[in-house]
Amino acid sequence: MSDITVSPPRPAPRSTWRRVLRGQEIGIFLVLLGMVAFFTLATGGASGTFLKPTNLTNIMLNFSWTAIAAFGMTFVIISAGIDLSVGSVMALAGLAAAFLIARDKSPFLTADGTVSEWAIPLAILAGLAVGALAGFINGLLITFAKLPPFIATLGMLQIARGIVYGLSQGWPIQNLPPNFMTIGRQNIPVAGVNFPLPTVIMLVVGIIAWIFLTRTAWGYRIFAVGGNEQASRLSGISVTRTKIMIYTISGLLAGAGGVLLTARLGVAAPTAAQGYELDVIAAVVVGGTSTSGGEGSILGTLIGAAIMGVLRTGLNLIGVEAYWLPSAQGIIIIAAITLDQWFRRRQGKPTGFAHWFSRGGK
Amino acid sequence: MQTEPILRVQGVSKAFPGVQALTDVDFEAYPGEVVALLGENGAGKSTLMKILAGAYTRDSGHIYLGGEEVELTSPHQAQSLGISIIYQEFNLVPTQTVAANIFTAREPLQPGVGRVVKLVDRRRMEAEAQRLLDIVGAHVSPTALIRSLPVAERQLVEIAKALSFDSRVIIMDEPTSALGKDETEKLFEIIRNLKAQGRAVIFITHRLNEVFRIADRVVVLRDGRLVGTAPIGAVDIDKVIGMMVGRSLSQMYQKEPAQIGDVVLDVKGLARAGAVEDVSFQLRRGEILGFAGLVGAGRTETARLLFGADARDAGEIWIDGRQPEIHSPEDAIRAGISLVPEDRGSQGLVLLLSVFKNEVLPNLSPHSRLGLLDGATLERQAAEYVQRLNIRTPSLEQKVMYLSGGNQQKVVLAKWLMSNPKVLILDEPTRGIDVGAKSEIYALMSQLARSGMGIIMISSELPEILAMSDRVLVMCEGRVTGILNRDELQNQEAAQEIIMSYATRHAVEGVPA
Ligand SMILES: Nc1ncnc2c1ncn2[C@@H]1O[C@H](COP(=O)(O)OP(=O)(O)OP(=O)(O)O)[C@@H](O)[C@H]1O
Ligand SMILES: [Mg+2]
Repeated sequence: MSDITVSPPRPAPRSTWRRVLRGQEIGIFLVLLGMVAFFTLATGGASGTFLKPTNLTNIMLNFSWTAIAAFGMTFVIISAGIDLSVGSVMALAGLAAAFLIARDKSPFLTADGTVSEWAIPLAILAGLAVGALAGFINGLLITFAKLPPFIATLGMLQIARGIVYGLSQGWPIQNLPPNFMTIGRQNIPVAGVNFPLPTVIMLVVGIIAWIFLTRTAWGYRIFAVGGNEQASRLSGISVTRTKIMIYTISGLLAGAGGVLLTARLGVAAPTAAQGYELDVIAAVVVGGTSTSGGEGSILGTLIGAAIMGVLRTGLNLIGVEAYWLPSAQGIIIIAAITLDQWFRRRQGKPTGFAHWFSRGGK
Repeated sequence: MQTEPILRVQGVSKAFPGVQALTDVDFEAYPGEVVALLGENGAGKSTLMKILAGAYTRDSGHIYLGGEEVELTSPHQAQSLGISIIYQEFNLVPTQTVAANIFTAREPLQPGVGRVVKLVDRRRMEAEAQRLLDIVGAHVSPTALIRSLPVAERQLVEIAKALSFDSRVIIMDEPTSALGKDETEKLFEIIRNLKAQGRAVIFITHRLNEVFRIADRVVVLRDGRLVGTAPIGAVDIDKVIGMMVGRSLSQMYQKEPAQIGDVVLDVKGLARAGAVEDVSFQLRRGEILGFAGLVGAGRTETARLLFGADARDAGEIWIDGRQPEIHSPEDAIRAGISLVPEDRGSQGLVLLLSVFKNEVLPNLSPHSRLGLLDGATLERQAAEYVQRLNIRTPSLEQKVMYLSGGNQQKVVLAKWLMSNPKVLILDEPTRGIDVGAKSEIYALMSQLARSGMGIIMISSELPEILAMSDRVLVMCEGRVTGILNRDELQNQEAAQEIIMSYATRHAVEGVPA
């Protein structure tokens, strides 16, 4: 009968499409399509409001900053961690940028009372740097002080928000230069459709994050650390360095989202992005990233963010009062996590969130 | 045996996505009988046993218990019908105590009101656990946390737990693979006792000599089918191997004459409080240095210190005449040391990830440029090792958690063999691995040694140590108690005696270190 040798194993499928179609994303992608179909029919069919290019690009614009921060959160949750501080960090980064360029605050005023041109890129960099720094501190707290991620980032949530209130004294910072606000308002025509610049930035960041996660050694390490920290360490992975990197990236991307949000709104309000951490986490978990770590994808997160965005605009279009929106979002989140946990149980893997509260990850 | 079987399995099949794990298997167990269930890694042994334990449901077939057809729907129900199992993979909660693990879900309760509000009677639970631990000869406290125990002791806890059910049929899936010689003897004694009480024991192992010591009958599976069954008197080891692999193995141990070169690893005065004391030795290029000793002698700890997995209190590690800083596995890998750990489930694998990703984890840095991985090369190498070690997996993308226990072990080996270090430390490399693959691993070891690698092989199987080593270092209670040279190993029986005597006593005066 059979010899001792087996046939050589199939190599991993190289085509991304095949991976996607076999992967976990397919389920939620169908959910997204279903929602789009529903809202299309409910708003007058193919020629109705929902499918209008302007409506679609508007939806995309509205979840751009959430998605950008959610890409960072995807790394965090794959590593079996959590980052509660992203909303506050977004606000802090936006505020930092605004401080450098607001007409009544900026240290870079020219003689005629306008803000000098080169202050704008500086402000953007400052926003990104502030975000990265907050994330880096989260990373240090989690690795060196050995705080559970839940606690460390809960602390950072409060600290960053406090700094925002303190620095702004509770007043929104306005009078931002028009050239800065362009970043949030410019449209880029692609194939005859005007895409908002934040959406294009989101897609670029998404592609980079996707390559980072699936094609680089760093990405492999993130999955490994989330799947089995001890085995990762014994495979020569520096768990400490990997985690610090993950939280720094999360902070950096939250900072990017914050700068974009400020540019779009034209104002850095002290209450900006309040509670956004929940939207961001929701996008990630709805996108199929496992809260127990070790599994997840950027594409899933993008779809997750899109589902939340479509829900928001769609309900609005069919005339549901905005007051009811949180309930609808809650239902979507619970349904998605229920599915996720159910899959996991079937695969014989432990479920739960206990590791968020325990030291040193799982 | 004329009596009725306690357990009869008829025509059972089971498929997983992409794998037909069992096809139309018949199987019986009689009261007072020890059945050895044999087969290569991935043959379907564990799957069959998990069906009997109610952990998996079969696709088709019938199961009879005491003559009556039964439907096994959950582990709890199988237990109450009198079937208990020791799983191949540990099934203990690491953060709980030994006693709590033994009595999971059936903790003894306080009398009276305590019974109503389910107040656990901890004193009784611990006393009862202690009694069971004494039976299996485990020197652990019932209040110790599972995660603080080494593998061998966890295995004993598993055995104690299985005994506590008082079952008619007791399944042991590779219970001895984590045990040393003494513990194995103790287990055999327990099995003989169970047998005398008229229970049926189903015993899975890849150590074929054990089969001839304890089993009454062998049942062999191959590729999910029943190959045959025979009373133990009717077969010998070659016959059994033939049934398992479908051909005969020419030579088990493929040791090639070593070409011993310069010292590659020089260890001086390695120590860690409570575990390892003043360990010094040298390893040369092309040499296979066997580490012998009893379970708990400090061999695994020595390996972990060399690999930077634990911090050493004292000692110098020289590689190629230099003294690299080794404070973490990352440092060790950079310095050219690799370790295949003993507890492969929790330390060697990321179960959620694919075979491919697991294999490449320690090998990422040399294969990435500007951060981007050279996927094609890595895939070619990974596939090559899958084939060389005969890892049964439907594809490189299969998650490791769906492989059979032995095939998981092979993935750990593949991952470290791929890393091509200067010094390769193998902690129990053939544990849980089938005969065919074992001989392939020996051949690979010889080949790697010939290419100039220095190899340390920690093993509790003396035949393997004697056959493969160029020198043997013996440890006892954290110290090196003796080193045997190649010529001392020529006479195997004498060598065995010397090793055993070193392994059971403290360092004697004048032992060369
Ligand atoms: N949960 C699962 N999902 C998918 N495939 C599985 C699952 N469990 C087992 N298999 C596959 O079924 C086959 C039989 O596995 P099984 O664990 O029964 O082997 P085994 O004889 O116990 O091997 P070993 O000696 O390595 O323990 C293997 O090919 C394995 O990959
Ligand atoms: Mg098995």
